[in-house]
Amino acid sequence: MTVSTVVPVVPAAAQSPATARRPGRGSRRISPAATVLLLLGALYCLFPVLWVLIASSKSSGELFSTFTLAPSSHLFDNIRDLSNYRGGLYWRWMANTALYAGVGAFASTFVSAMAGFALAKYTFPGKQFVFNLILAGVLVPGVILAIPQYLLLAKVGMTNTYWSVLLPSMITPYGIYLCRIFAAAAIPTEVLEAARIDGAGDWRSFVTVALPMMRSGLVTVFLFQFVAIWNNFMLPYIMLGDDKLYPLTVGLNGLLNQGANQPSMYISVVTGALLSIVPLVVLFLALQRYWRVDLGAGAVKA
Amino acid sequence: MTALTAFPTSTRTPRVDSRGGRKAGAPYLFLAPALILFVLFLLAPILYSAYLSLRRVKVSGLGLGVGSRHEVWAGLSNYVRSMTDPDFLPSVYRVLAYGMIVVPTMLGLALLMALLLDAGRTRVGTFARTAIFLPYAVPAVVASLLWGFLYLPRVSPITDLLTSVGLTPPDLLSDSWVLYAVANIAVWGGTGFNMIVLYTALRSIPTDLFEAARLDGASDIQIAWRIKIPIVLPSLIMTFVFSLIATLQVFAEPMTLRPLSNTISTTWTPLMKVYRDAFTRNDVYSAAATSVVIALATFVVSFGFLKLVGNRAFNQED
Repeated sequence: MTVSTVVPVVPAAAQSPATARRPGRGSRRISPAATVLLLLGALYCLFPVLWVLIASSKSSGELFSTFTLAPSSHLFDNIRDLSNYRGGLYWRWMANTALYAGVGAFASTFVSAMAGFALAKYTFPGKQFVFNLILAGVLVPGVILAIPQYLLLAKVGMTNTYWSVLLPSMITPYGIYLCRIFAAAAIPTEVLEAARIDGAGDWRSFVTVALPMMRSGLVTVFLFQFVAIWNNFMLPYIMLGDDKLYPLTVGLNGLLNQGANQPSMYISVVTGALLSIVPLVVLFLALQRYWRVDLGAGAVKA
Repeated sequence: MTALTAFPTSTRTPRVDSRGGRKAGAPYLFLAPALILFVLFLLAPILYSAYLSLRRVKVSGLGLGVGSRHEVWAGLSNYVRSMTDPDFLPSVYRVLAYGMIVVPTMLGLALLMALLLDAGRTRVGTFARTAIFLPYAVPAVVASLLWGFLYLPRVSPITDLLTSVGLTPPDLLSDSWVLYAVANIAVWGGTGFNMIVLYTALRSIPTDLFEAARLDGASDIQIAWRIKIPIVLPSLIMTFVFSLIATLQVFAEPMTLRPLSNTISTTWTPLMKVYRDAFTRNDVYSAAATSVVIALATFVVSFGFLKLVGNRAFNQED
């Protein structure tokens, strides 16, 4: 029981919204100290984002000469220059990133949902072993795998392809662990029994009964993995040689390296950095309510 | 167990009896894609690393010709070479120092912000929560890029500020500051996510647990320290372990800062050394040995810590 005693995460996304707010918390005297501390925290976190917004509006010369927080009027020129860079390569990186994160997160969520469902709702020989294996996988430092993954994929000639980034992104032990808890918590056994009596096979029960019940949990798993892949640097950096296959992170890193010899590139790097965070920020603000993750605090809360 | 939306009150999961008319192979089929991917992209790379770490290339003759280079068993020589590499220990110490700055600062700030939000004595809660969580949406490469520019003396507002009051601004990318500069990027990127995790845990504490204390005249700080923090301790422990694992793998931040600073070497962190050995020096054997050492060290540290804190994080379902 060395491994199975480690419980990394218990998600709260499947929790009923009624438990989220209680009376008596928030109807109290305002504390200026709390407000000031929170605003300082917010300022610290927003400052670099504010800076990149301002810096992207500067011309190449102004970037290093005018006052840091003085905006200028060159934002659209900068976006145009960046778009023209090597025939729109930047937008190709953006599309690649969306492909890696979208397809990778979708596939890994589906794979995790199936595995989590099996682990939560079936009894079968080897179940405890599989679960322990997956829990051990949660603690494996992911990026340490990148180089051996590269060497293995190189043996079958798959490096420098979309697959070399997509396939390793499809397995997330952490996602399987989450899905197991969601399935255990959200799907009453009676409902599966009823489906079975109505003649539904295992697969149909899973697709028509289990998946809809796990929906809000699956959104959380999807978001986790989407952000992880979107933000990943080391795996694509190692796997890919062709810059047409790069995601944004590797592409921007390359642009920055060029800037060392060609300082006029810096403004494109800054503009690219700004544009690269827009999609995720929008996704965050739109789906905020799914970001409720409760680590380790016991599987079940009423 | 009747309401579909509610959590069961027992942590025991009811089982579907596999003999009751369901196909016995079904759970294995559901698990198959996950297990195949697990074996191919987790297990196989780990085993392959371990194998490579014990191999080396033997060159016969002058090393020319097709058959002159072949792999042989190397014993532990790769480990010896990797551990005695003069770049190895400094990179380990650097990452340890980095971790000792990042993890406590990040989790301390995350806990403080989560407690302030949970106390509910402010009107800026929603704004602050969203703002502090925002950096999670920024990839480490982009975060390093933004901060990297802000550290450049010609761009940095800190430089302007200090110069205007007559102080000499430090070069944040110089040898004596760069560790803090990288640590700041990690703290900036990680505080929000951990804050949300802790805040979610705090929100699920029933109010009556501290209402009584409040009526008895306990201050918010006493309530936080004596009641709230002990209750969310399992969440703190897990955020600690995950932060530790992430910290030991630091790679993207220093790699991105390198073009802006000449103080970050190619072996600045152990993982960067692995990368250099594998791809710049084409010595995958030594790189594999170093990887194995990092993986084992991470495991020892995270398991050791979980053992040390004992049952608090143990909330196993079965």
